[in-house]
Amino acid sequence: MTTTSSSLRIWAPAAGVVALIALTLTALAVLGGRTLPDRAGPPIEELAVEQTLLTPGEIELTVRNTGADPVRVAQVFVNDAYVDFSGGATAIDRLESSTLRLHYPWHAQQPYAISILTSTGAVIEHEIPAAVATPQPDGGFFGLMTLLGTYVGIIPVVLGMLFLPTLRRIGARGVRVLLAVTVGLLAFLAVDATLDAFELAKESGGAFGGPALVVLGGLLAFLALSAIDHRLSRDRTETGGLRLALLISIGIGLHNLGEGLAIGTAYAVGELALGVTLVVGFAIHNTTEGLAIVSPLTRRRPPLGTLLGLGAIAGAPAILGAVIGGTVSNPELSGFLLGIGVGAIAQVIVQLVPAVRDKAGRLLDPATVGGATAGLLAMYLTGLLVTA
Amino acid sequence: MSTPEPPEHENTGSSRRRFLLGGALAGTAGAAALGLGGALTASAEGTRGTPTGHGGHSSAHGGGVTGPTFRTGSTVDHTTNGFHPTDVLRDFDYGRTSRMADGRTLREWDIYASDEDIEIAPGVTFPAWTFDSRIPGPTLRCTEGDRLRVRFHNGSAHPHTMHFHGIHPAEMDGIPGAGDGVIEPGGSTVYEFDAEPFGLHLYHCHVGPLAEHIARGMYGTFIVDPKQGRPDADELVMVMHGYNTTFDGEGNQLYAVNGVPFHYMHEPVRVRRGELVRVYLVNALEYDPINSFHLHGNFFDYYPTGTRLEPSEFTDTIVQAQGQRGICEMRFKYPGQFMFHAHKTEFAELGWMGMFEVVE
Repeated sequence: MTTTSSSLRIWAPAAGVVALIALTLTALAVLGGRTLPDRAGPPIEELAVEQTLLTPGEIELTVRNTGADPVRVAQVFVNDAYVDFSGGATAIDRLESSTLRLHYPWHAQQPYAISILTSTGAVIEHEIPAAVATPQPDGGFFGLMTLLGTYVGIIPVVLGMLFLPTLRRIGARGVRVLLAVTVGLLAFLAVDATLDAFELAKESGGAFGGPALVVLGGLLAFLALSAIDHRLSRDRTETGGLRLALLISIGIGLHNLGEGLAIGTAYAVGELALGVTLVVGFAIHNTTEGLAIVSPLTRRRPPLGTLLGLGAIAGAPAILGAVIGGTVSNPELSGFLLGIGVGAIAQVIVQLVPAVRDKAGRLLDPATVGGATAGLLAMYLTGLLVTA
Repeated sequence: MSTPEPPEHENTGSSRRRFLLGGALAGTAGAAALGLGGALTASAEGTRGTPTGHGGHSSAHGGGVTGPTFRTGSTVDHTTNGFHPTDVLRDFDYGRTSRMADGRTLREWDIYASDEDIEIAPGVTFPAWTFDSRIPGPTLRCTEGDRLRVRFHNGSAHPHTMHFHGIHPAEMDGIPGAGDGVIEPGGSTVYEFDAEPFGLHLYHCHVGPLAEHIARGMYGTFIVDPKQGRPDADELVMVMHGYNTTFDGEGNQLYAVNGVPFHYMHEPVRVRRGELVRVYLVNALEYDPINSFHLHGNFFDYYPTGTRLEPSEFTDTIVQAQGQRGICEMRFKYPGQFMFHAHKTEFAELGWMGMFEVVE
């Protein structure tokens, strides 16, 4: 009886407040709008092109209304010639999307300026820097993306893990330095991915928040990994080293998801310079990631299966990313996924920091500072290697 | 035509993408070791195509190959617009005529300026400023030596004038500061002058900003026939113009003759084989320095400004700068459809093209 009455005492006023808020909002909606003048300016018509598919004789655009007002697509011209098209026959409301199929004899590797003429005479432009047939998501395509993901994700990470026996011989101080190196590596990845994510998100037109979505992805990943970490540390049988290695694997895996995404997207728009340089460049760059995973394992002898599992967790998401990037080339989604990777890495760094401290609890002694610096420089320099 | 702004993302190209694009300094040794460079390159070519490959050619039935067009099946509602480009072709307004004491003909017109929302292309509404609620304005026609009296009533929300090309007193010039000067909304005035010289002329609003007042639709054809007349012919008026729908003053998004882009592609201009066809061709285009007219399958005599009775040229293509005009006379030898369009083909593909349909 008392429980019921006390919960009633708590909830009754709350319900009253909610009712009052609802009432006020309704009144505002009905009456308040009329007390203010209409917008003085013209309609705000914005369309973001989320996806461009090129098939012989046809350019397909998926557009989303990112503006305040409905957009009615009246006509479309490509490189200053009006074209026949289908789709988008009715007004596109805010945040709604529509698919326009333009009948146009585009040629491979040429640039195209697509101008969407709206019912008010406004022109919304979209550039295709170089037209390339969109890969069909068939067996060959998935095979190729899997191969790419394996080359740039799994193989380099596993190669990096081969350093484990060497690491075992370097002693406690050596391990601390090594972990500092890992922190440096990861910090650089986080910064690099953040910049990329914001750039992508800016491109998207921001129907769903653009850059804010990157931050959201990062925070959600950070919180989710923190929760996972909490569960793992409650498990008494699990000791620090393997737990940390698993967390690093997950973090790097989420990062490689973004990396695979970028590769798949670049492939889909024909910008990917495939071949030797890509594979070798990534191999060198990502080998350091394998090193990061095994650095907490120097005092353990995990079974080979566990090590391979860790490698797969870190590397395999690159395959998934490549497939996603190659099929749904959506800058806003890419930005969000990259943000997730950043959040994951940030969480891993937070996890690693205690292990870098020495017995007196100091974090930044010359050795660890040197290690972190080496990690940053290693990532920066191997990054240059693939940029050249 | 407006040149699109360089896209922002070209300048801010993702560093990630550059990263991926890059050829690395990584040597070939790695490739040999991994033995995969070849496989990847081969698969890539299949999709990317070669420089000689033509992504679009397999589809010969697409709209692009068969020529520019608006979305198939979409048309302009001429009834709501209140004028029809096909009617504009042969619509000559001779005014109300009366005989003056000296025996000359007096022609009087009432012309109304108004603001109209016009569907200039299927689904596209343009807030136009017009003479007599149409684009182009009415074709005013008279004979050399007539007395002309044009009562101009400004029903638009903006100040306007009527400025005629021709020979007339300064106070009848229809510019700010001359005669009644600028005619404010609700105001009216009378432009009165003699019709000279004979030829093909035009009139337009002359209130600043001038380019905008003209580009909004305030122009029309003014024909002064020679006293002795011209040979009998099927006479047509074609006013070349454009619509800068974005109002950025940087070229036009649509180009047309007589109000609606591509109109004569859907409704060809019907003429008879062997009959003399006379086209009064006027260039009222703003924001682009020149316009042109090209006729397929035929040649025409060209009379620049129509002020001489002898043609200057026998050709199939002429160029006109802003405000230039001339008469094209032709006879079609063969029946069938013959295209006409700006040979500035960019304008053609943005709406300035049509068809003659030659029938027996």
